[in-house]
Amino acid sequence: MVQPEAEWRAHLEEGRFMIQRSRSTGGHVFYPRVMEPRTGAEDLEWVEASGKGVIHAVTVVRKKDPAESYNVVLVDLAEGPRLMSRVDGIGVDEVKIEMSVQASIVREGDKSLLVFVPA
Amino acid sequence: MSGSHGFPRGKAAIVGAATYGIGKCPGVSAVDMAARASMLALNDAGISLSEVDAVYTSAPYEALGGMELAEYLGLSPKVVDCNRTGGSAFEVYVQQAALALEAGLIDCALIAYGSNPASNPPPGVGMTRQSPWEAPYKPMAPISSYALATSRHMHLYGTTREQLAEVAVAARGWAQLNPEAAVRDPLTIDDVLKARMVSDPLTVRDCCLFNDGAAAVVLVRADRARDCAKAPIHVLGAAHAVTHREISSMPDLTVTGAALSGAQAYAQAGVAPADIDVVMVYDAFTITPILFLEDLGFCPKGEGGRFVSHGAIAPGGRLAVNTNGGGLSCVHPGMYGLFLLVESVRQLRGEAGERQVKDARLAIAHGNGGVLSSEATVLLGTAATL
Repeated sequence: MVQPEAEWRAHLEEGRFMIQRSRSTGGHVFYPRVMEPRTGAEDLEWVEASGKGVIHAVTVVRKKDPAESYNVVLVDLAEGPRLMSRVDGIGVDEVKIEMSVQASIVREGDKSLLVFVPA
Repeated sequence: MSGSHGFPRGKAAIVGAATYGIGKCPGVSAVDMAARASMLALNDAGISLSEVDAVYTSAPYEALGGMELAEYLGLSPKVVDCNRTGGSAFEVYVQQAALALEAGLIDCALIAYGSNPASNPPPGVGMTRQSPWEAPYKPMAPISSYALATSRHMHLYGTTREQLAEVAVAARGWAQLNPEAAVRDPLTIDDVLKARMVSDPLTVRDCCLFNDGAAAVVLVRADRARDCAKAPIHVLGAAHAVTHREISSMPDLTVTGAALSGAQAYAQAGVAPADIDVVMVYDAFTITPILFLEDLGFCPKGEGGRFVSHGAIAPGGRLAVNTNGGGLSCVHPGMYGLFLLVESVRQLRGEAGERQVKDARLAIAHGNGGVLSSEATVLLGTAATL
């Protein structure tokens, strides 16, 4: 039995950003599942994501001092799926819709986290 | 059934409607409030509690709230539901109740809700789990999800923060005409723009209230409705669409499921947006009326911001929208959908006092749940619309 979330996290801990692809439809799937949404295709395999993406939407969560404000974005992956993430390496107010970004895996606490940086 | 578009037009009617405890309602539990509103609505209808054979509620803190309210009222209903489509649940209940009434499964449906988070803050753990695909990025729930949709609307259509502020100011204008509204002090565009930013581009004044309130409505078949205390308000259409759970899976951030539920409800009712006298659309945030006015056909996609400008949806404007003051200025105890229905009924009965829309015959009540996830549209009309 495929364990979608656990397998994805295991890949991420190994420094790899993987997404799923259906062998029959060629469609890419994120977040990981046991079947492709809409088509119902169950022949999903793990493939390495290109990591290329474009900012689809952005907000900045404004924290009161001394906590730092941070951005939250939706990224359209080159492969098609959209996901939530954060853009690092740039001021919170500099993140713009249509900006090209590249995936990056950072350590946060004791876990790996998928973020994006300007391409 | 093709001619009916899946709904028995006008066959069920709302005959009782009530609110209770709007603003602050300390010292009681949520189910106390729901029961109080239930009795007020039954008295409004002139129907005895013992006639109720279906109970629909969405309890704020109790996953098994349908059974809780039935027990509290001392009923043994044939149908109980406590659905989890968020604030849209109550519009869905109208649909389900109308179908069950038409089928003869039930004879009298009670839809009730009470919640007092302002007086009785909820426990830290809610009834929903955090998405493992979103929570690591710490979006503020639910405002950041709506903010993301807003950012997209601004990017594609040039919608401005001033236009968002128009929605909040219009709601306040209506609230000032409604003695029941919780917040009635003056509010200007500038006040909204200068308010504390929470999740760009939404400030604290772009957000709905989080206060106490309860409401209830009673539905029966049209034949029984003729014998009730007040003029029946008929259910002409009711349709529902769910497009996602989390914002990252919303198919199009600027087109909600209201485009689907609205189109179906209009077809069921045989009416068009231009026919509607009173528009009650869920205003969780200032972006939501803009999206729903577009998706429900009151203006073209992308024009919502311009449509609401210059006081167009405020008292005296071109379209009466959210005449009770809305979730932004009247009441929002967590799930607001039932208050949309009560205000629609009051307007169609001519009971709305200073804020009364002249000769109101048709109202649309549109509920929203989750993060633009669940959209449910109800069309209500007076006997003249049958």
